[in-house]
Amino acid sequence: MFNRIASLFALLAAVLPVQAAAQGIDETINTIFSDYTGWYVSLIFADLPGTNFSWIALWLVVAALVFTVYFGAIQLRGFAHSISLVKGDYSDPHDAGEVSHFQALATALSGTVGLGNIAGVAVAVGIGGPGATFWMIMAGLFGMATKFTECTLGVKYRNEYPDGRVSGGPMYYITKGFAERGLPGGKILAVLFCIFTILGALGGGNMFQANQAHAQLAGVLGDYPGWITGLLLAAVTFLVIVGGIKSIAQVTEKVVPFMGIFYVVVSLIILLMNFDQIGWAFGRIFEGAFTGLGVLGGFTGALIQGFRRAAFSNEAGIGSAAIAHSAVRTKEPVTEGYVALLEPFIDTVVICTMTALVIVITGVLNVDPETGLYIWNAEAGRISTSGEVAGVELTSAAYAQAFSWFPALLAIAVVLFAFSTMISWSYYGLKAWTYLFGEGTAKETVFKVLFCLFIVIGASANLGPVIDFSDAMLFSMAVVNVIALYLLMPIVKRELSSYISRLKSGEIKRFKG
Amino acid sequence: MSSETFVVAYEGDPADPAVLDYAIIRAKAEGAKLLLVHVLEWSAYSFLTPQEVEERHGRRKKELSRANEVVMAPALQKCEAAGIAADGVIRYGQVVELILEETKKASASVIYVGRSGSQSMAARVFGSVTLGLAQLAPVPTVIVP
Repeated sequence: MFNRIASLFALLAAVLPVQAAAQGIDETINTIFSDYTGWYVSLIFADLPGTNFSWIALWLVVAALVFTVYFGAIQLRGFAHSISLVKGDYSDPHDAGEVSHFQALATALSGTVGLGNIAGVAVAVGIGGPGATFWMIMAGLFGMATKFTECTLGVKYRNEYPDGRVSGGPMYYITKGFAERGLPGGKILAVLFCIFTILGALGGGNMFQANQAHAQLAGVLGDYPGWITGLLLAAVTFLVIVGGIKSIAQVTEKVVPFMGIFYVVVSLIILLMNFDQIGWAFGRIFEGAFTGLGVLGGFTGALIQGFRRAAFSNEAGIGSAAIAHSAVRTKEPVTEGYVALLEPFIDTVVICTMTALVIVITGVLNVDPETGLYIWNAEAGRISTSGEVAGVELTSAAYAQAFSWFPALLAIAVVLFAFSTMISWSYYGLKAWTYLFGEGTAKETVFKVLFCLFIVIGASANLGPVIDFSDAMLFSMAVVNVIALYLLMPIVKRELSSYISRLKSGEIKRFKG
Repeated sequence: MSSETFVVAYEGDPADPAVLDYAIIRAKAEGAKLLLVHVLEWSAYSFLTPQEVEERHGRRKKELSRANEVVMAPALQKCEAAGIAADGVIRYGQVVELILEETKKASASVIYVGRSGSQSMAARVFGSVTLGLAQLAPVPTVIVP
């Protein structure tokens, strides 16, 4: 223990000058990054000609539609079976003690539920109006098929090591799956995917999270230097991922789901308090979905915002979930696909919709009483809101209408969500790192320490272009992953058909219920 | 020799051999065989980090072999030395639920359980294994002090 504490202080001592320097060279880094990577960021987030709809969001939505059609709306016809699997109805009691379907799902969810559900939705509804919610739900529902595909492949091509560890992910299904189908380029795509994953993990899965966590804390506690939040978060993360102190991670892993549940319960209470308005709010959502109700761009404005935020929130198609789900105990890879399709449902269809409904019902979006349309704030490029706030502050303001203590709690929730997302992404990044550089304590520690350093940088510096670049990396993962999913989907189809026929014949046994 | 089976809810604490010793005496007197049930507490609904998920399969293997070496094998040897036919089962899950399940499966006639059990806060609030078995067992349950 003392060794661990000593090594922690050694790390902090190393971090301090780096962090001070980081603040000093902020601008230089920004300029260098903008000069060298700006073109790539613009390319990834480029809008389709004549619209303000980025092609990458369309790429994910089209993929979700293709998988939905190809697997015959698996998210609808397989939904009940997914629930049975999570409940353990098909789990062999003699496999108790292994990773259950529920555990794999909960672990994957703790990586995705977070800022997207709280801040992302507020952005979507703030710009696209209530109608954006409808399109967000649609994108979430279709995204379920994408998760089904990637997580089935994740389990099918995972690695089981002699020491009993089990892990997998897109890099493995790309290499093994391509080889099995006789397709060229598997190794190159897998390496590309890993590079994008490492950079995405350091950015979107780390710096962005640390940055937002600090912003929330500063909002509640008053302004203070970001490196303090950064150092604290980095120290705790260091203890977990390098020091192997499981208790912290276990506490977080237990608190985060309850935070999520609590968030949903508070939302439900607010909705029940305004029971008479729920019908009206859904009316606004449907009406807004097809007319825009005064938002810029009307119907397309709502659609674009909804699709974009859903894709960015549930990570369907990015490939991260395939890493998280691959260690589950099952003889049938398809079963984990079934379980994983619940992820966008919980993340987007349930939690995001709750946030959106509360924002609409609490009336924080300003409406013109005569026309019933939302008042457009052209200067800010969004709907005018009470207090003229946006993003996470809009969510906070909406919930504060019902419960004045909510903003403080939301700040704690955001920090915890950010922390659990960082723990998850440190793992995803590490898996990509070991794929490229091989396993070994020294090599792995290099990545873990690097990861902790980036937390401090993310929380203290305002590195907009660096964060943009890492976001671009996150979506570059989706470019590689979705290409692989298109090429490997016949394998998933074969697995699915075989599974369904054995389920019908009774060869696959139900143990409970 | 009767065909009776006695279940021993076996925690495996070497400092507290009372329950096994007593069960051996009773089994000898009645010509019964013993089924030692050792349960490793586990919930399929607990939360794990990605790293723990990766290591779970390997850890389970280690936990099982350790339970076998340290708990079950010495206990079975003790039974054998006393001339008692005995079997051992190691399971993962809720202790009370699994001991009852094994009791039914083996059509056992008596359950022997130690009184020591857990003195933790949780055990005081939610009830210990001993009390749980005493309340729910379908067969006579002997609590060995």
